[in-house]
This record gives sequence, structure tokens and C-alpha cells, in this order.
Amino acid sequence: MPTPPPTDNDRSFQEWYEQRMEDTIANLLRGGVLLSAFVVIAGAVLYLGAHPLARVSYRSFSGEPEQLRTVHGIVRSASSGQARSIMQLGLLLLIATPVARVVFSILAFAAEGDRMYVGFTLIVLAVLLYSLFGSFLIA
Amino acid sequence: MAGFLGALTGLGGGVVLVPLLTIFFHVDLHYAIGASLVSVIATSSGSAAAYVKEGFSNIRIGMFLEIATTMGALLGAYLTAKVPASAIAIIFGLMLMYSAYVSRRTRPRASIEQPADPLATKLKMNGSFPDTTGIRNYNVYRVPAGFSIMFGAGALSGLLGIGSGAFKVVAMDQAMKIPFKVSTTTSNFMIGVTAAASAGVYLSRGYIDPSLAMPVMLGVLIGSLLGTRVLVKTQTKKLRLVFSGVIVLLGIEMLLKGFTGEF
Repeated sequence: MPTPPPTDNDRSFQEWYEQRMEDTIANLLRGGVLLSAFVVIAGAVLYLGAHPLARVSYRSFSGEPEQLRTVHGIVRSASSGQARSIMQLGLLLLIATPVARVVFSILAFAAEGDRMYVGFTLIVLAVLLYSLFGSFLIA
Repeated sequence: MAGFLGALTGLGGGVVLVPLLTIFFHVDLHYAIGASLVSVIATSSGSAAAYVKEGFSNIRIGMFLEIATTMGALLGAYLTAKVPASAIAIIFGLMLMYSAYVSRRTRPRASIEQPADPLATKLKMNGSFPDTTGIRNYNVYRVPAGFSIMFGAGALSGLLGIGSGAFKVVAMDQAMKIPFKVSTTTSNFMIGVTAAASAGVYLSRGYIDPSLAMPVMLGVLIGSLLGTRVLVKTQTKKLRLVFSGVIVLLGIEMLLKGFTGEF
């Protein structure tokens, strides 16, 4: 339950604000994990329904097909209802959860007027986005 | 089976997952690392949610050090493709030995009050946390040393698909003199973001297989839910002893496999 902001002095306002920020981050993380687990389970049900006796060998590495390797490919093939892609989409949502947390932190630091930490957090976000969207440029 | 392993991982720690998958289930090292990294994000996000609410973790320290860990993780993830699998196995083995050593060691606690570090103060890192006696304030020291260790921890995380929480705690607890409770919870908080940085590279390389990562991830989530309940009941001292024994054995196995080139 969010408590109303105290108005008596700056110090307690700061504490109230940080408490709100921490609560929101906690809910964001929990929601992201739950959502991704839900999508992964949905994909798994579809997958096991279609291939109840599937046995896959992971002894040798062959790499995933193109549509399971890029954000764009996963979203596109999952929306066409492919079970493995839906599972992968769930995993992608899981990976996106910490990214969403970083984005939220930028907003929170900005609202506090903490420009130094907005800068730090932007660097972290840039690294994460580069990893998710840019790494195939080099790979 | 992978789900059960994941559940155990949720109980004990991410380091056991890769050796178990590769040694007993003959899963290729790259797929194992991919599945492990996904499970690391699941546990970190799940448990961090609880700790953030209790006010233990320091978001500013975490965010600043994440600059180091995410860049390290990117480097580590690139190296995974370049370094031969046998070398990864050897590094993994050494890392297992080290984490067994860390978990067995009793930590000397020197809490001599020093004047605040100017750099840490400038970075607004000094904080407070709820203790049994009320709110306790603490100062942070040796930021550059902590930052460097964090880069290494991130690289290790990206290379091996683990959370490398032990090294993050070393950086914060030992180097930066952050209280243990704050170090462990902030480390947990950081693990998810660090792992997300290498997950993108893993994904584009095709290391993350949904049919393998799915049972592992769900198992980890169930395991970490059970874990908090089981850990309250069992004696943690005994559990730790058993666990570090298992870790040492797995470490030896990984080293042997690495040196004989079985990967």
C-alpha cells in the first residue's frame, strides 16, 4: 500500500520517495518474471502437445536457427504461433526484465534530479541495448 | 530432469548447473551455458524483488558498478566463442574450487570507523540499512578497486554463464567495505542486469535453446520458491558443508575433463 507523501520536511519526503521507487522496482521485477514464466509455460504446453515424445540431443552444438536468434525473428515467428518461438519469446521477456528495471531507474533518477546517476544508468542501458540489438553486427 | 536440476540450482546456486548438465547429461557446453544464464536472470529478478523491498540493497552502488559488470559481461560473452571449450572447462573448475573456498571461510569483520571516502561521497554511495538495533549507516571505500573487480566478475559471468555472485560480494564486502548484508543483496540485484548484458550475445550466437532452457528456468523458479522455505528449516551449516563438497567434486571433474580435452 503506497503511503501518501509526507509534507513536513525534505528529509522524510526523500525517504518516502526512495521507498516508492524501491517498491516499484520490486513489483516490476516480480511482474516480469511472472509474465515470462506464463509465456514460457504456454509455449511449452503447445510444444509438448504437438511433439509429446520429442527427444532432442544437445550433445553437439549446432546453434539455433535464425528465427530464434534475433529479437525481431523471435517476435515474428512467435506471433505466427510456433511453439518453440513462443517459449523463446518468454525467455526474451525474462531477459528484458532487468532492461526494463534499468529504464525505470533512469526515470526515477531523473525525477529526483540526480543527473549524475541518470548518466551512469544511460551507460548501462546502452551496453544492454547494444548486446540485444547490436551484437549480430559483429557476430 | 533439467527442471529438477534447475530446482536444485535455485536451492544452492547457479554454479552447479553447467557442470551437472555437461558431465551427467552430456549437454554441449555452449547450450549448458546458455540455459544457465537464463536461470541466473530468473533467480536474480525473483529474489531481488524481495530484497529491494526490505531496503537492504543499495541501488546507487548497484547501478554504478553495473557499468563495470555489463561491460565485463559483453567481453566475456564474446570470449566464449573464441576460447576453446576445454579452456572454459578449466576456468570453470578453478572457479568452482574458489567458490567452495569462499563459502567455507569465516569472514573476519573489521568495522573500524574511518572518515568517509571522498570519491564514494561524491558518488553518493554511502547509505543505511535496517538492522536489529535500528537504522545503521555505513560508508563505502576504495571505489576504483571495487569497480575493477566488478569488471572481472562481469567477464567471468559472461564467459561461464553464471551469476558470479561470489566475486561480486568479494568486490563489495572485502574491497569496498560495504556491510555483508548490503553486499549480498546488492550483488543479487546486479546479477540480473549483468546476465542480461551477455544474454543478448548468447541469443544471437544461438546458445539459448528454448526446449532446454524452458524446464531449467521453470525448475529454478520453483526451486527458489521452495529454497527459501527449506533453508529456514534445515541447518544452513550442514547444508553448506554438503554443498561445498559437491562443488569441489564438480570442480575436479570439470578440471579433468578440461585437461583431457573431453569438451
